[in-house]
Formats: sequence, structure tokens, C-alpha cells
Amino acid sequence: MLRTFKLGGIHPAGNKLSAGKPIEKLPLPKIVFIPIAQHIGAPAKPIVQPGDKVKVGQMIAQAGGFVSANIHSSVSGTVKKFAPAPDSGGYPKQCIVIEREGDEWEESILSKEENGDSLDAKTIIDRIKQAGIVGMGGATFPTHVKLMPPPGKIADILIINGVECEPYLTADHRLMLEKGEEIIKGVHLLMKALKVTKACIGIENNKKDAIKHLSELTSDDPEITIVPLKMKYPQGGEKQLINAITGREVPSGALPIETGAVVSNVGTTYAVYEAVLKYKPLFERVVTVTGKNLNKPSNFLVRIGTPIKDLIEAAGGSSLNGGKVICGGPMMGRAVNSTDIPVAKGTSGVLLMPESESKRGQEQDCIRCGRCVTVCPMGLEPYLLANVSSKKQWDIAEEHNVMDCIECGSCSYTCPANRPLLDHIRQGKKTVGGILRTRKMKKQ
Amino acid sequence: MNTVIIYSIIILSSIGILAAVILYFVAQKFKVHENPKIDEVEKALPGANCGGCGFAGCRAFAEACAKSNDLSDKLCTVGGNETMEKVADILGLKVEKKAPRVAVVRCNGTCENRPKTSHFDGASSCAVEASIYSGDTGCQFGCLGEGDCVAACNFDALHMNPETGLPEVDDDKCVACGACVEACPRNLIELRKKAPRNMKVYVACRNEEKGGVARKSCKVACIGCGKCVQVCPFDAITLVNNLAYIDSDKCRLCRKCVVVCPTHAIIDVNFPKPVIRGIPKPKAKPVAKAVDATDNSNPKTAEKPLTKTAPLSASKPAAKPTAKKEVTVSEK
Amino acid sequence: MNNLLTISPSPHIHSDQSVKKIMYTVILALMPALVWSIFMFGFDAVRVILVSVVACVAVEYIIQRFIMKQEPQITDGSAVITGILLAFNVPSSLPCWIIIMGAIVAIGIGKMSFGGLGNNPFNPAILGRVFLLISFPAQMTTWPASLHSAVDATTTATPLAIIKHGIKSGQSIVDVLPNLPSKLDLLYGNMSGSLGEISAVMLLLGFLYLLSKKIITWHIPVFILATVFIFQGILCLANPSQFINPIFSLLTGGLLLGALFMATDMVTSPMSVRGQLIYGIGIGVITVLIRNFGSYPEGVSFAILIMNGFTPLINAHIKPKRFGGKK
Repeated sequence: MLRTFKLGGIHPAGNKLSAGKPIEKLPLPKIVFIPIAQHIGAPAKPIVQPGDKVKVGQMIAQAGGFVSANIHSSVSGTVKKFAPAPDSGGYPKQCIVIEREGDEWEESILSKEENGDSLDAKTIIDRIKQAGIVGMGGATFPTHVKLMPPPGKIADILIINGVECEPYLTADHRLMLEKGEEIIKGVHLLMKALKVTKACIGIENNKKDAIKHLSELTSDDPEITIVPLKMKYPQGGEKQLINAITGREVPSGALPIETGAVVSNVGTTYAVYEAVLKYKPLFERVVTVTGKNLNKPSNFLVRIGTPIKDLIEAAGGSSLNGGKVICGGPMMGRAVNSTDIPVAKGTSGVLLMPESESKRGQEQDCIRCGRCVTVCPMGLEPYLLANVSSKKQWDIAEEHNVMDCIECGSCSYTCPANRPLLDHIRQGKKTVGGILRTRKMKKQ
Repeated sequence: MNTVIIYSIIILSSIGILAAVILYFVAQKFKVHENPKIDEVEKALPGANCGGCGFAGCRAFAEACAKSNDLSDKLCTVGGNETMEKVADILGLKVEKKAPRVAVVRCNGTCENRPKTSHFDGASSCAVEASIYSGDTGCQFGCLGEGDCVAACNFDALHMNPETGLPEVDDDKCVACGACVEACPRNLIELRKKAPRNMKVYVACRNEEKGGVARKSCKVACIGCGKCVQVCPFDAITLVNNLAYIDSDKCRLCRKCVVVCPTHAIIDVNFPKPVIRGIPKPKAKPVAKAVDATDNSNPKTAEKPLTKTAPLSASKPAAKPTAKKEVTVSEK
Repeated sequence: MNNLLTISPSPHIHSDQSVKKIMYTVILALMPALVWSIFMFGFDAVRVILVSVVACVAVEYIIQRFIMKQEPQITDGSAVITGILLAFNVPSSLPCWIIIMGAIVAIGIGKMSFGGLGNNPFNPAILGRVFLLISFPAQMTTWPASLHSAVDATTTATPLAIIKHGIKSGQSIVDVLPNLPSKLDLLYGNMSGSLGEISAVMLLLGFLYLLSKKIITWHIPVFILATVFIFQGILCLANPSQFINPIFSLLTGGLLLGALFMATDMVTSPMSVRGQLIYGIGIGVITVLIRNFGSYPEGVSFAILIMNGFTPLINAHIKPKRFGGKK
């Protein structure tokens, strides 16, 4: 009996078109736009000026606060200017623009890993912080902050998220197949940093080869367990994954550390390995480029700051006629209105969706079928939250736990009446979040 | 049989009278003593309960008025000065006449002026679109066209124009309650001073980007050139963040700014006679300006059509007041 | 739109569920019972079903087009379902004009006056049926014999009516039992009753089909039937001469039709499993009470209507299990 999380969930078609494609290095871009805000927290502060020459891996922006991350150059060349580039919402965000010359890396980056057995927790966390590692599953939370739980909260288990429940995305899958050993080393580093002795790697059952490969690599390792999981979306959500593997439920409004679990994506884990044992900062990542109309769905190793049109072109281009270009997966990704957007640390995929697949149906009245309630992984009532949010009844929304929503999209996906439930619930979350913050500030 | 009927009548009547007496005394004992003026004031109010006064309904406004000694900060926007005078009479206070206001949508990004760069397929709500996207055009400050303002209006004063994609205010129905101002996530709608015959002059743009960037996404964007600031004889215009703003309390509707605005971002509405501009309507390629910004010619006398349209020459610095101008009808 | 990219908030894919699909699947699930009713009652069944469906669709079209001035939504299939279910709830000898009146009440009052599909608190078909029962009790309780009935008569009583009549006139269950059809007859539908309620097997077939297509879940029918079985079982154990055994209860009357197809109507039933438990138990209890202690032989329709009335209260206060344990 495979494990999975108990409440709700849906089963969208996997469409893992690029699952069999090994990771390719994308040809280096001519010019990169590196956003200074690619993580949760304060934007980084640039420490270079236009005209400076930089090398690959050189720090170009420093963390702007406790919850922030360093940013490093992904190419070698000249800093051209600071200019805005559109983010996934179309709002212009400040970027450092670098024109590439060659591919010269910082000397401090090792080509062969050094031995990590003697490293202590503090050193590991410092190196992660230096390297600017953030959660690469899409949340982009600075990893070094996650590895330092607040006083009083102790971690007892590390969970590695190899689930990749979003349809179409295969970056983590390929990473587990091709860089399995490195990932295991990364897991050990994280365990040392957190001072835990138990780690579980959750992998969904549609990646049987990855399960087999990692199981073989950890067959002699008593500390790491590979946990195959039944396929269900959104198993990759932190709270759902913790529930699936350990059975614990993160209390409403609390962080996962409350249950003693810390979750890390496999991509992040691999980046941790490279940062700690090779001193390599985060400046490139694996991105899946896929779509039913795409000529060559692929997995690319991409330098941060590359405009996504380069990726689309390398995957054989596609005729986009009114369809969508989505940064991320089809359930939680952002549909963008321009392909000039740069790849950031949290960009896990670029999905080209034809209009026939993406067009929303005609919205109808709610038929009170209750399917949204059945599929909500957080046990909420999406029909009610959407209703009161669109009527601006924020107190009722707050009372019905709108802040617990993880925005997975299962409700909108299932609704037979094509109601845009998540659109309204997000508004509710945004407004109620603001009200709660104001209330908290007034108290202080 | 008769006795039954008589007894029934007597008993039921007695019960009725007893109940009436009890109710009378109870009503007297538990009566809430309220200032009778509150009822009088409430009767004088329009009863729309729109919240435009800033209070929770007409009753609450009546209570606030009755309790205070000073009506200068209280205004019923629906009833206007007439109602406030009545209220002042009832309470024995004085009240000054306040200028009526009307809602103005400060964006002219029609489908023609501001081409679409993508197609929005989410819930039909401006708030939803604005929270995630900069919009479906190149301008991240402009109207999204999904109609949150229209839905918020309780007085049927806002309607979406399907051709332009922008909301239009019915000046006669608008009571300046402010619901649309709250509803717009881009803060495009403003309550401006109402002029006779609903004449208006305002900057129909809220784009704070640099001129070149703004103009790329919309033909009639404000580019922050500052010509309007220079020409205004009443100091009503300020330029902040590449964007001009006309203070409706200071503006005297002379329309000098309308004449000089190179992009037609400043528009004049409901004027009987069009103003003469030296600048042709925006075309695909921006044409050089030829009008002298310090020209003080009276717009009214300049309305006679002069010569036929002549191709405008490149701008000459410190040009003499040129007599040959192309006549264009002012935009509505 | 031509070559412009589309933007929208996530999610960007949608399941293949739609209102139309749900409705047409339900119609398909009702087909076995429909075929059986034609087999048992012949042309009359065809007449009743056709008149009912056409009347329901017509009333909905007229009201939507001319009174509500909206785009008529008759193609979504919900009016057809109401028509079929209303037909299933009446005897095959019901005159056409009465059926049409039932359709007007069911669709006009039961559905459209509340705002159309999704806004009605009461199941429209049941509302129509109860209206007809109260307004035309004689015609609604005259059950024609089926074409293949062993009894040589034009009308017969339903099994529940036989039981009720027998008990009221002082007989005990043991005396009444020989007059009832055998359990096998009850199972596959060789008994008297309204068009849709007679065959347990056909109804169960349709129900299993709906379950397999994930249109409805098993909770409401199981809760209702289990409650009826247990409650009737307790009564029967207490006094076997007054109360029929629970197997009969399950197989007779409109209980199966009501539990499988009418109580599971998504618009009028609660949305959470906990709520559905209360709803199911309520229907079961009221049905047993009316059947055994009330004047009517059959109580499912009233039970469903009453619990429909409670559904908004249940939805508002019985919340689904929250993740993280808060309230």
C-alpha cells in the first residue's frame, strides 16, 4: 500500500513528455537579466557597477536583510546596466544586465568536490548562505533561514521533496536519475546542518526508475529512507508531503517546523551539495521546457537570467497562437505575456500550452455539487470562500480559514461549472492577510 | 347560546383591554429616549444609505450631525448643499456651501490608443487581474476594463463602453459617494470639483513611467514634459513622477494646458466650442510640435478656421506665434 | 485574440467535468429503470415520461426566455432529469394535464423562482410530486396493474399500501404477508407502484454506473438505507406483528429511487461527508416514522423535502474536517 496524504487531492494527467530526455546544457546566452528579487524576503543590494567585469559565480548583489539571499553572476562579461525587465506578472522589476564574454568561472569554485565529513553544521549553513541558495521548487525561501529554526523548535526529520506532482515538469526527475549520488551527499549535509539523524526522500510512483536508482544508492544507508508515494496532486506541497510521509498534520497557521519536519526540494539539495563541497554558488538550474505543440520537449541546464525565449528556441520553437506560455507547471505556474522574461532561481519549467488546452470554459452558476470541498487538500470550502471573497465579506472569509489555502488550484480544476474559484480566493487571502498584519501591528 | 356569546365577548374584550394597558405601561417604561432631532434630520436626508458621507448609513449620519456643534466637516454627497441647509436649519447651525464633486475616470487608454499585448482570461474582476498582472496592455497603470467600478456603483452612474473598453461616468447620476474610487485597484477614479454644464479638464493618465516608455504603450500617455505646468496661469498643475496633475479646485477651465499638451493626455470634456491645438492627433510616428507654448491667444477667438492644413515643419526653438494652425476637434 | 498570448491566474488546466456531462450521465443512469417501466406499463409509461420531460423543458425555456430574459439553458440537461424523475414518481395512469401542472410547479416554483439551476433549496421533482399528491390524491394513489401482473385487475395497491391498510384495519403482519409480492418480485420489479420505483435491480444498476463515473459518492444512499434498515429492524424486533421486516422496507416504495437518485441531487444535499451523514440519518428516520406511524403509506418524498430544508443549516454549521485540526 503506497502512502499518500489523506485529505482531498486530484489526479490530473501526467503529460511527462520530457521524462526520458537527459539534461542538456543550454547554449550560453549573449546577455542575461538577473533580477535582484528572486526570493522571498528583501531584494538583494547590487555590489557591482555598470562597466565592471565579472566572472561566473562572482557575487553581484548582497542579501538585503535576514530573510534574503545573495545573488551571483551566471556569466562572465561586463555589467552593462541596471534595467527593469518584466517579471512573470508583467510588472517591470529591477535586473542587473550583463553582457557575456566567454565563460570564465571564479577560481574559488572547485571542479572536484572536497571531503565534507569534517564539516560542522555552522560551516555548512554559512556556505549555503554565501552561495545564495533558495528553495528551488518554486517557493524560493532562503535555505539558510530554513535551516536555522527559531529557538524552541527542534527538527527531528528531514524530508526531501522528489515528488514533482505538477503535470509536465520533469526537472527533478532527471536530476534524481543523473545526479543521484550528489543528491544523497547533499542530503547528508542537510542532515548535519539540522542535526537530525533521519531523512526520507518522497518520490511519486510514476518515477519508478528514480525510486529504484536512489534505493540502490541508499541500500546501505540506515539514515535515509526512500518512500514511494501514490500519485496525487498536490503531494509536493510541504504540508501534504509531511502528512504523507509521517502522518503528522501541520497545525493551521503554523510552519512545518512545528511538527519537527523540514522539507527541501531535490533541486535545492543538489545545489546545497555543490555549494558546500564545491563552493559553487547558485547561478544555474535545470528547467523543463515542454508542451504538446513543442517540437522537442527537453530538460535544460540554464544559467539564471537567460530570457525564456532562448529556451523555447532551443526546444525547437513553437507556433504560439493565442495559447499560453507558463512559467512553472500548469497548476500553479504563471502565464506570462512576453518571452523576454528571465529565468530566475524558482523557475522550474517553461510550458507552452495551445489554446485548445488552456482556454477556460464558460462560467456558470454554482451547482453546489461539493466537488471543490471533496478535493481541497486543506479541508476548506472553496465555493464559500470564493463567494464571500468576491462579495468582499472579509470577516466571513477569515472565519472560514481562507489563510490556510495553499493555492494549489484543485478546486478550480475540478469545478464542473468552470467557476474561477482560486482567482477570488487569492483576493480573499491577500486582503485578509493585510487585515491580519495591520491588526498585529496595532497590537504591538 | 346567547349567554355563551355574551360571556365570550366579555372575556375576550377584557383580555384585550388588559393586554393593551400592560403594553402601554411597558412601552412607556422601556422607551429609549432619543434626541427627537435625530429623527427630524434623518427625514431630511435622501435615505440612500450609500456611505458617501463617511458614516454607516443615513441614521448614523443624522446622529453624528445632531451630536456635533459644527457641520463644516459633514457633507451628504447625495443630497448636496440643499440637504445640508435643511439639516442646518433643523439643528439651528450654520453650514457653508460646498462645491459638488463628480467622479472622473482618469485614463484614456482606449483599444485604439493603447493596443493590447495579451488577452486576459481570468475572473472578470479588476482586483483579480491587478493583483497578479500589470494588465493586458503595455501600461501597468491604466484601466483594466473588467468593471469593478461599474459593479460598485449603486446609482447606475457608471457604464462600460464596449468600443473603448473604458468606464464612462454619467455626470447627472453620479452622487460622488466614492464607491468607485474605492473599487478601482489602480486608483484611476478621482472625485473632482463639478463645474457648470459638467465641463471638465483633467489629465487622463496615471502613468508614472518616463515619457518614452509611457508613450510606447499608449498614444495618449502623459510624458511628463511639463509644458502644461509652464502655461497654466493659475498654478493648478503639478508634475510629480513624470506625471502631470491638475488640481480641480484651482483649475479655472481656461484650457491653455489642453492646447499645449503634445500627446493629448489632457482632455477637455463638455465644452461648447473646441479648442485650437497646434498639435495634430497622435499618429504612429510622433510628429514634431509647432505651437508656441507661451502663446496667450484666447481660445475662443482662435476658433475661426484659418488656412487649410499645411504640413507642419520641424519645431523651431523660440518660434514666433505661428498663424497657420491645423484645426482639430478637441477629444471628448 | 489572434496571436496574442493569453494570461490568466492559475490553474491553467481543467478536468473534463462539466455540468452538462454530469446531467447526461445521470440521464443515462436512469435508462434501465425507464426501460423497465415501459416494459411493465407499456404505452402509458411512454406517454407519462414524454409529457413530463417535454413539459419540464418547455416551462424552463419559457420562464428563462420570457420572464427572466436570460439565455435559455435547456441544453444542460437538468430539466430533462427533473422531467424523468417526476415521471418516475407518478402512476402511469395519470392524465396529461395533471402531469403538466406538476411540471409547472416542479420547474416554475421548485427551480426557476429561486434563480435557476444551483439556487433551489428543494428538489424540484419531489416538490412537484408532493404538490400533485396533495392536490390530486385520488389520481396519484390509483396504481394501474402492470401489463404482466399475475393479478387480473385494472388497479392494484402498492405493497406499502397493502401493509398500511392491513395494519390499520387491525390485521397483523403475518396476515398481510401473503398479499405481498415475494422478495424476488420486489427485487426485480414485478409489483405495483409509480413508474420508476418498482425495480430495485434496475435502480441499483443505474446507481452503480453513477458511482463508477464518480458523479455521486456512496455516502448519502448508504446512510439513508442503513438508517432505514436499522430503525425498521429495531421496530420489527420489538413488535414483529405490527412492523414489517426491514428487507421489505428497503425494497418497497420509493425508498431506493429516493435514496439513490433524489436525495443525491447535488444542489439540495449537504456538501461535506459529516453533513451528509446527518442528512441521510434524518431522511431514514423520517421515512420510517411516516411509513409506520403516519397516515401515508410512503414517506420518502416528505422526508427528502424536510431534509432539503435543513441542508443550508447543515452546510453552514457542519464543517468538513480541516487540515491542521482547527475547528
